Amino acid sequence: MSGLPPYASTGERVWYYSFRAICGLIFLFLIMPILVVLPLSFNAQPYFSFTNEMLTFQEGAFSTRWYWDILMNGMAAPEATEGWWADMWQNAQWVRAVKNSFFIGICATLISTALGTLAAVGLSRSEMPYSKLIMSILISPMIIPLVITGASMFSFFSLDFNPVHWFIEGDQPPEQRWQLAFTYGGLILAHAALGTPFVIITVTATLSGFDNSLVRAAQSMGADPVRTFFKVQMPLILPGVISGALFAFITSFDEVVVVLQMATAEQRTIPRQMFSGIREQISPTILAVATILVLISIGLLATVEMLRRRSEKLRGMSPQ
Amino acid sequence: MNLKSVLIGAASAIALAGAAQAAGQLTVVSWGGAYTKSQVEAYHKPWIAKTGNQIISEDYNGGLAEVKSQVEAGNVTWDIVDVELSDAVRGCDEGLLEPIDASILSPAPDGTPASEDFIPGTVHDCAVTTIIWSTVYAYDKSKLPNGPTTMADFFDLKKFPGKRGLRKGPKANLEMALIADGVPVDQVYEVLGTDEGVARAFAKLDTIKADTIWWEAGAQPPQLLADGEVVMTTAYNGRIFNAVAAEDKPFEIVWDGQVWDLDLWAIPKGAPNKELALDFLKFSTETEQLAAQASWISYGPARKSSSPLVGTYATKPELQMGPQMPTAPENFGNALQNDFEFWADNQDELNEKFNAWLAK
Amino acid sequence: MADITQPTAAPLLAADGTPLRRKLEQAMFLSRMRALGLVAPLLAFILAVFIVPILYFMIQGMHNPVFADRMPTSTPLLQDWDGQSPVTEAMAAAMVQDLIVTRDNREIGRVATRVNQEYAGARSMFTSSARKAEKMQAPFLEALVAADKDWGKPEVWRAIKVAARSWTPAYYLAALDLRYSGDGSVTLQPEGERIYVALFVRTMEISLIVTLSCFALGYPVAWLLAALPVRRANLLMILVLLPFWTSILVRTTAWIAMLQGQGVMNDLMVFTGINQVVLQISLLFNDYADLSVASLCGVDVTAALSSMSGAVEKFATTPPGTLTRCATEILGAFEQGGAAAAQARAEALAASAQSWGYGDERFSMIYNKLGTVIAMTHILLPFMILPLYSVMKTVPPSYLRAAKSMGATNWTAFWRVYFPQTVPGIGAGALLVFILAIGYYITPALVGGQDGQMISNFIDFHMRRSLNWSLAAALGGVLLVVVLFFYWLYDRIVGIDNMKFG
Repeated sequence: MSGLPPYASTGERVWYYSFRAICGLIFLFLIMPILVVLPLSFNAQPYFSFTNEMLTFQEGAFSTRWYWDILMNGMAAPEATEGWWADMWQNAQWVRAVKNSFFIGICATLISTALGTLAAVGLSRSEMPYSKLIMSILISPMIIPLVITGASMFSFFSLDFNPVHWFIEGDQPPEQRWQLAFTYGGLILAHAALGTPFVIITVTATLSGFDNSLVRAAQSMGADPVRTFFKVQMPLILPGVISGALFAFITSFDEVVVVLQMATAEQRTIPRQMFSGIREQISPTILAVATILVLISIGLLATVEMLRRRSEKLRGMSPQ
Repeated sequence: MNLKSVLIGAASAIALAGAAQAAGQLTVVSWGGAYTKSQVEAYHKPWIAKTGNQIISEDYNGGLAEVKSQVEAGNVTWDIVDVELSDAVRGCDEGLLEPIDASILSPAPDGTPASEDFIPGTVHDCAVTTIIWSTVYAYDKSKLPNGPTTMADFFDLKKFPGKRGLRKGPKANLEMALIADGVPVDQVYEVLGTDEGVARAFAKLDTIKADTIWWEAGAQPPQLLADGEVVMTTAYNGRIFNAVAAEDKPFEIVWDGQVWDLDLWAIPKGAPNKELALDFLKFSTETEQLAAQASWISYGPARKSSSPLVGTYATKPELQMGPQMPTAPENFGNALQNDFEFWADNQDELNEKFNAWLAK
Repeated sequence: MADITQPTAAPLLAADGTPLRRKLEQAMFLSRMRALGLVAPLLAFILAVFIVPILYFMIQGMHNPVFADRMPTSTPLLQDWDGQSPVTEAMAAAMVQDLIVTRDNREIGRVATRVNQEYAGARSMFTSSARKAEKMQAPFLEALVAADKDWGKPEVWRAIKVAARSWTPAYYLAALDLRYSGDGSVTLQPEGERIYVALFVRTMEISLIVTLSCFALGYPVAWLLAALPVRRANLLMILVLLPFWTSILVRTTAWIAMLQGQGVMNDLMVFTGINQVVLQISLLFNDYADLSVASLCGVDVTAALSSMSGAVEKFATTPPGTLTRCATEILGAFEQGGAAAAQARAEALAASAQSWGYGDERFSMIYNKLGTVIAMTHILLPFMILPLYSVMKTVPPSYLRAAKSMGATNWTAFWRVYFPQTVPGIGAGALLVFILAIGYYITPALVGGQDGQMISNFIDFHMRRSLNWSLAAALGGVLLVVVLFFYWLYDRIVGIDNMKFG
């Protein structure tokens, strides 16, 4: 398969090239939708289809208006010259969505990476009891359908967690209730839970190549467990931890089902804004956002790929 | 990436989110697309400029479900919402909406009190009307040069083959089905009040069910027409107008059998910024703002004093808005007013029937 | 020599004198606890914000105290009633009393909604009767019937009895298209209301189709990647991983732009003429002949035919090859039977065209099941390719060569030697794709139209639109059981610790 031997028969030649052609088509299937978004986002018309003018490269068929729309949509006075940036920063819908996405994503990533890394270290110890059962519980947020997760969290987070109220009959004033639904806190907790499986899986994978005698060596030289962890184990598994964190971040960054059920208008994230963009205010602005997101994912992918190679090098597993 | 930079990043992110929660923030919920844009131009922008408050604009597709879910969960996040009349009446009955004291409404510029200036039937216990709009159907004139003219044509797949677009819900669809089936407009709700009438309407819808694409948001029908997904579709008249006026689409509205209705501002019970919401409501239902909105979209203002101020389309001075309105005499010939009492009473039941019918 | 091999009778002792066995056990226990301590924070976190909420939600599918909490007087009487004997005056009196109270504290809407879930139409009966309840006089049963004649029906009271049960199997039964009656019997839902079992079947069907398509597309690609030199494989791998890292919303948006009527795919097919090929192929199958001919005709053919001269003009100006078959058909009918026959033929063709999709030579590929399947296959394909690839990398290429050197044909070598070794990868990929597909929400919601909707969309519908949370919980419970079964299967076959990305 890896090359066509000189003695290949005609049949084998035909098969060899047609197989490659088929694979090429499948790769096209994988990549084409992502590529199509790019030119369409420069459409001057507010619709999702290529116009004849675009196909013949006529002047005026292309425009960057949708990229400007990302910044301006929702602004109080987009024509004003004074205070334009402040207005955009405060009021533009997409800008708010970007702020929310990064805020929720970063907070959730911190929680899931910290807890997930610790747990992965614990799980990879051979003496861990019930490791299979615990693992299957910790991975479950990835497996359970998001609709069930979102609905469950919404109904549970709507409960009043103010302990004072547990002993009082009747409805309590809203400002005294401690509810997590419709708060940033609720969203962060939800996304942190959804991100942990990815951290566990990536960090466990890195740990599986980890030589435990290094830990014993450090301990035999008098390092306490905490010091051993941060000075010996951590630097070696760091690439895995960062990949896991990036996975957790992209999970939160891409998540829309839970946000749909648990977020207010103010807490809308980028995918939530895109969701209503597709359903409610169909305009190529979402194609422009999509193009930017594709660029971001290319950046993330490159980072993870680089980390993976680095980790393999560190662990002495050069790629064949 | 060391721990310090991560922490600094997180801290600045928290600061960002904190900044977004400045005081004087109002969540205004409406129907999205061209309609929300008209409200933003006519209401939001001048109100923000005048008061310095912020507005968060949220889109929804009508109905009381979100309001109800928020009120019942004891966690209301919407401050003011644009509702249909039947929902305003029902929401008021069920205690989901705040009562509104009509005496706060501003008088007309000539001093006429609001109670006389608003068209009769447009001010309710819990809601104040802004516009008169209509559900119509429209087609692409470039594809159907000898286009349809009657409601019956919409259901005639033989004469006009091709996919249809309909709003995903019973409201207006059942009425239109009966009109197409030959029921005179003044008897539609009489017929629909009986089980046989409902069955008759569904039977008529059955004839085009296989060829129907269902839309939910008002922005979808013009998109479906433009993308050639459907040959004709029901739509809110202002959305079709917008596609024609702002995007030069060759769409044509068929006014026969239009079902017109009111849209009102209502404040959910327990809204977090009720005072601001009331101020916004009062401001946006003033004569000038209502007239300004009518220059952005073809919906009729609820005040008599606004009508003479309605001029031309905001970005096209040659386009007169008057003849585009659902209430213009040439469009109003065979029109049906949405019976809000009928829908307030029967909405749940018909919704269920509709969903079961749809899922079959 | 001999005494060395003798087992010592006394236990081995550690330096401090405790038996080594115990010491070891202690150390083991400590390190176990330390490992557990590392896992504990996350475990507690997942239990608190994930597992407990799900259990709480599932319980809501069995527990709905809305009626019992707000109608305290009538609830015990309804519980005691056997559902068969005539409704007593005491029950009616209690009902009226409760109605007055709930109307006063504006809770009647919620009670009415609850009963309406059991008996369609009960909502207006409750609200209107509550409005009149204040003025009602004994005998209350007659007063209720006077307010709304439905109060006279025993099945209405049985429905109320069902609603009055806080713990009820009604929702889980409803999720399986069964109806729980007040007298405790379980029957099938009436014909028109049986939708959920069919929906579960459709969800399974779509998931299965998606899994199979992912396999069909993923296997060759994974094979190619595994066979190529590492450097080139890594380069091509980017094409697999980039979609994986791209937002699902972006990809769904992209598919809308690709598949819609005026979208890229249809444009391409029209431009290259592939649409004609597809149509011509379907012509070979006689059953579909009418259909495809009609599709060639274009939707506006009947409009053009409203005058025959218009039709002739239309066909005359049509480029050769596109409408020929259609023109031949209709003109043939015209020659045989005149304008009326041509008209009839054209109408028949156009009518069958619609049942198929676009008349104007374009295909309906989105806002239906097909759109859901295509977009979901694209989104889930990397989940198939990655496990397949990692298994295939472990299969030495020398096996294939060995098989061939011993005289196996290419096919035999592949099917008997290579394929069996990749089965674990197929199992891992297929199960993962199937599990993820079965609970999918976003794609069907955005591109599914009506017949592409899956069970998740209905759960969301009941959560956020109809606000029947208990039914949503019950539907979710059934879905959860299915998913957990496949999760268990995955664990048995693949092992969850073998999950990897990239």
